[in-house]
Amino acid sequence: MSMLQTKKDIINKLQKSILLLQGLRPAAINGDESVGLGPVESAFPNGIFPVGAIHEFLSVEPEQAAANGGFIGGILNPLMQRGGACLWISMSRKLFPPSLKSFGIEPDRIIFVDLKRERDVLWVTEEALKCQGLAAVVAELKDISFTQSRRLQLAVEHSRVTGFILRSDPRKSGATACAARWNISTLPSELQDGMPGIGLPRWKVELLRVRNGNPGSWKMEWAAGRFSQIAELTGIPVLTKSLKTG
Amino acid sequence: MQKRYVAIWFRHLLTDWLILRRPELREIPFVLTVKDHNRLLITAANSRAENQGIFPGMPAADAKALVPVLELIDEIPGKRARLLRSLGEWCIRYTPYIAVDAPDGLLLDISGCAHLWGGELPYLKEIVKRLRSKGYDVRAAMADTVGTAWGIARFGKVSPVIGNNAQAEALMPLPPAALRLDPSILERLRKLGLRTISSFISMPRPVLRRRFGQDLIRRLDQALNNEEEYIQPIHILDPYHERLPCLEPIRTAVGIEIAVQKLLEILCLRLQKEGKGIRTAIFKGYRLDGKVVQMGIGTNRASHNTDHLFKLFALKIATFEPALGIELFTLDAPKVEDVQPGQETLWAEDAGLEDIALAELLDRLAGKVGADAIRRYLPAEHYWPERSIRATSSIRERAPVKWRTDKSRPVQLLTKPELIEVTAPIPDYPPMLFRYKGKVHQIKKADGPERIEREWWLEKGQHRDYYQVEDENGRRYWLFRSGHYNAEGANEWFIHGFFA
Repeated sequence: MSMLQTKKDIINKLQKSILLLQGLRPAAINGDESVGLGPVESAFPNGIFPVGAIHEFLSVEPEQAAANGGFIGGILNPLMQRGGACLWISMSRKLFPPSLKSFGIEPDRIIFVDLKRERDVLWVTEEALKCQGLAAVVAELKDISFTQSRRLQLAVEHSRVTGFILRSDPRKSGATACAARWNISTLPSELQDGMPGIGLPRWKVELLRVRNGNPGSWKMEWAAGRFSQIAELTGIPVLTKSLKTG
Repeated sequence: MQKRYVAIWFRHLLTDWLILRRPELREIPFVLTVKDHNRLLITAANSRAENQGIFPGMPAADAKALVPVLELIDEIPGKRARLLRSLGEWCIRYTPYIAVDAPDGLLLDISGCAHLWGGELPYLKEIVKRLRSKGYDVRAAMADTVGTAWGIARFGKVSPVIGNNAQAEALMPLPPAALRLDPSILERLRKLGLRTISSFISMPRPVLRRRFGQDLIRRLDQALNNEEEYIQPIHILDPYHERLPCLEPIRTAVGIEIAVQKLLEILCLRLQKEGKGIRTAIFKGYRLDGKVVQMGIGTNRASHNTDHLFKLFALKIATFEPALGIELFTLDAPKVEDVQPGQETLWAEDAGLEDIALAELLDRLAGKVGADAIRRYLPAEHYWPERSIRATSSIRERAPVKWRTDKSRPVQLLTKPELIEVTAPIPDYPPMLFRYKGKVHQIKKADGPERIEREWWLEKGQHRDYYQVEDENGRRYWLFRSGHYNAEGANEWFIHGFFA
């Protein structure tokens, strides 16, 4: 029995050190590192949303890009609260800065870099991810290869900047070194008592791949300046695939 | 060491300068005037005006009565001092110690300089010749003391070069005004019939002091070298410029990198001592084939961090063509600013947009992709969506007004609204369905309309009635109808954005 116990301990210890090696830190002792995603955060190793990692978002249609913009805005809000700025890098940006205000961000604290070539986007993204003065970097890309994603992941492991990659070409979604792959899609809003008009934004948040975590699907709503899970579908994280990348 | 001084007197400083700027004034008498107690007072007259009896200090009306064709020109305030200073800076080629002698002269401490021009007389001639050829009417004199040189320059009639310890003989025949005395003392001397310095130089000192005050004694002692006189030399700023000549022509990128590094180290050391930092810098290479290649960098905030500046240059070294080789490298910093030393913090805190690491990152990005690719947006006081934000390239600029939150705005906004086909039931109702890019969207929920008028003072056109609509999948769009509802069915509908 005691033999088994020690074996379990050893395995636990080893797992923890592997996580550390992969750039995923255990829970911070000081400060609240939650990004307000509630149940979604439990899908990640140690139950913490990994800052200092690359997150990949599928962003095919403009509608989905808009949903991503809102969802990322919601995550950026607590990240930027500590004072850092954010860089938004893209080739054909349609993001309308004033809309971010409704997700709690001061739009003038975001620096936009609009480039003409995909190569430049990758270069700027890597340089920005190495910069410790930033809170987050958002890059809109067509596609990213495994090697490129690993370079970015290595850059953030040192600087602890959170990177968000918005991929617009879904056909070649091969393996990447990103910590998580998200798919955000819109859900019809609901209003109380059949009131007319449009309700609060709702999203189906799918975690397609999580490194060392459990993929799943949740329904979230942006209400009163924070995420909240939609009540009637609580709990049951739907295990789609137990893929492990990286 | 024996001190030697040169005094230069610009007889018509301002008018000469004006003639250089406007050559047509050469042929006519003109004066410069300032307004003084409701009248115009002459401050400077050119030689043509002086020949006709017009002198500084006269009221302009009197002068105009004497010479009706006289041209009156307003004097530029402060011009005289600036002009003298720039002439003094020009004279730095003759000696390192130059003082401005207001209102119309320069004083040069030339101890140990004259032999470089082959003696004192050729030296003085050279100065006068160069200044005259530029168009300034000057007189100059050289002596052991400032006082004597000053007096001889203005009143001397014999030789402009006064030998060692020959001040007394030189001053003897000059009028008392050559001693730089107050007009009231000069007036008293004139009343007593003391018209030349020789008539009172041998009087007992106590008598002179009692009658004319200490000032006369002091000026006399200064001119005769009994009392030391100090001049206040003008300080000329050293340009931020460094040179690196090479023994062998440099052709490799590594060689250029070393040159950049070395020059930056020298320049940054100096900047650090002065508490300044580079805003723009230009690195030049003088090639064997006679051409000059250069690369420039700019920074968002003044920096004397060698590593950072080197990184900015390193991005451009690939474009730096050495061809046959580069013999000489130079580094200039044309724009330099004070560095605000940030207060040391005990706990590392994110400084947001003020962060130094961020500023350095933006410099690097600007160096690679161009500064116009980097932008921030500030709110603008316009309702029209396209004009409601204003791009700025500065990272310091603050938002002048608050961001509006009362109206919801789409996350994605199309740069140009796109035409869509809609089916709308009744006037001012949102559409039931619309077709965008060949796809039909059934509208389930809608909000609106929000009418946004065109700003007629900026452009003409129709207003827009915006609707927020949501289709069966929960995707949200921002549509608008251009203008009023038209019963004939010729309404134009556009899609302008996507909500989260």
